[in-house]
Amino acid sequence: MTTIPSNLRRVLRREPRVRPTTEPVAAPPERVETPPVEIAPNDPLVAYFSGATGAVDIGALQLDSPALDGLREAGIKLVVPLVSQGELIGLLNLGPRRSEQEYSADDRKLLNDLAGHAAPAVRVAQLVREQEAEVRQRERIEQELRVAQLIQQQFLPHELPDLPGWQVAAYYGPAREVGGDFYDFIKLPDGQIGIVVGDVTDKGVPAALVMATTHSILRAEAPRLVAPSQVLTRANELLVDEMPAHMFVTCLYAVLDPSSGRLRYANAGHNVPYVSTEAGVTELRATGMPLGLLPGMDYEEKEATLALGDTVLLHSDGLAEAHNGEREMFGFPRVATLTGEASDGEVLIDRLLKELQEFTGPGVDQEDDITLVTLGRRAAGAAVPAATAERQLAAFVVPSAPGNERLAIDQVAEAVAGLGLAGPRLERLKTAVGEATMNAIEHGNNNRPELPVEVVVAADDHDVKVRITDQGGERSIPEVETPDLEAKLAGLQTPRGWGLFLIQNMVDRLETTVNQHHHTIELVMHLKEVPDARS
Amino acid sequence: MPGAEFGAEVRSHDGTGVIDLRGEINLGADQALLAAYEQAVGDDPRTVVLNFAGVDYINSTGIALIVGLLARARKEHRTVRAFGLSEHYRQIFAITRLSDFMGIYADEDSAVSATVST
Repeated sequence: MTTIPSNLRRVLRREPRVRPTTEPVAAPPERVETPPVEIAPNDPLVAYFSGATGAVDIGALQLDSPALDGLREAGIKLVVPLVSQGELIGLLNLGPRRSEQEYSADDRKLLNDLAGHAAPAVRVAQLVREQEAEVRQRERIEQELRVAQLIQQQFLPHELPDLPGWQVAAYYGPAREVGGDFYDFIKLPDGQIGIVVGDVTDKGVPAALVMATTHSILRAEAPRLVAPSQVLTRANELLVDEMPAHMFVTCLYAVLDPSSGRLRYANAGHNVPYVSTEAGVTELRATGMPLGLLPGMDYEEKEATLALGDTVLLHSDGLAEAHNGEREMFGFPRVATLTGEASDGEVLIDRLLKELQEFTGPGVDQEDDITLVTLGRRAAGAAVPAATAERQLAAFVVPSAPGNERLAIDQVAEAVAGLGLAGPRLERLKTAVGEATMNAIEHGNNNRPELPVEVVVAADDHDVKVRITDQGGERSIPEVETPDLEAKLAGLQTPRGWGLFLIQNMVDRLETTVNQHHHTIELVMHLKEVPDARS
Repeated sequence: MPGAEFGAEVRSHDGTGVIDLRGEINLGADQALLAAYEQAVGDDPRTVVLNFAGVDYINSTGIALIVGLLARARKEHRTVRAFGLSEHYRQIFAITRLSDFMGIYADEDSAVSATVST
């Protein structure tokens, strides 16, 4: 059924009558306004008007239609449907002629002509208005997204704790529509350390604000109360009053004594952590309701002792609950299996992300935030130097069409805006991103728009890293050669062939990896210029 | 994203052909750049000056176009000079060694009036 767009349903006015040309011109006719008549989309009148070929006498119509009654009550005599490309977009309503005569055949012809001309113009106006509203809506969403990202990143740790005899690694990858994941390390009395991984339901700014509140509460209460069950009980009490409707927080809180390997933990409805041990993979189960749902909740507290070689994985559901194109889930069993296979935490995180990428396939938007924290006990003295946590700042795809490198450049520039990369270094990174994306579009994906170029922007305390992946995995990586400008100027060589050379000279480090399907170039730029690193 | 389209206007400054470039120098600039060069050398000047002040993006294909233009000018025994390059593109012209074959000047007057052949 054809429906009248809602914004036009109210444009039903009683127009001044049509004046026969023979009538002497007197004072201008008085404009009579009648209240607008609402027409429901399923009113039989809509179908009738959609099929009408011209002006319709309301008095002669016999339809069981509330709208028809409404029109009659409003004093409408004649309705001229405005139809554009087969779609009813509005009505021109007329009351009785002032002369009290019926509308003549000439009147109707004039009105039908008028409707024929007015309809396309009205439709264009409607489309323009709809498009403007869409643009405003999109801008608002983008702005909210940036605010949410900003809040989120403000509260994520910038470095990992340095614990002798322990290897700590973390990964945080936000979905495009930022979810509410967070993690934290909290210094506690007696050298103990609190480890938090949480997830706020909902997305965007509301989730980011609840995440910020939860983060602050845990930071304040953990050093005072220490015991995980007490910390979660207290956090729940404080959050219950503050929590917006339909929102809650799942949270795993653990306290590690690095000297003994004793790990106490409580869980407010978050994913169960896995531990890779010599005997296989075990789970750290403890029951408890999510935070902020109900007052007076108790949280079960349990403990485990981590032996040398054990690695714990704390994870948010963005990983296990990710879907592939067939709507299959990555799944908890797979996460558990991979935990058991990895030699250490960093390897485990890399492996999980790689397996996830293989599983979801190229060009699929990440559904939810992904947070991974690992904690591995190593031989004393074999402490791994504290690595800094890598944060994913953006992940997006561009279709493989010439010129789209500008899209990648702009989005990378936006993603790194908060890192304080000095102007000239930012310009160099942008040029490198542009060239690498061009190569991916042209050589990797052969300018086939359906093949995506995937771009991931990440940063740690020292570097910003941009990974650009195309689908041309089987092609070999050419050696970077210095172009022979003399030969080119003499016409002995093609003037082209500058891309890879430029990239290499723009960034501090360049790495490429190839597998059967993909080809990835990683551009690394130090956040601060290292003296003598580059002339 | 469609960036600023490439454009080039030619004018004469004290008998030197000056090409005002603007927008993006990429593959799409090929024909317009060539046409501007043809026009600039119509009166057979010794020197052609490229004004990069209005250029906001040059990619490796754009570099190749400039190399091609420079190669042709050398064949015709003409000197090419440039001015108006941003600091970033000055660096790129240095890295690619284009600036070894094309004098880079701070402004138009010094580019046009330079007597040292580059």
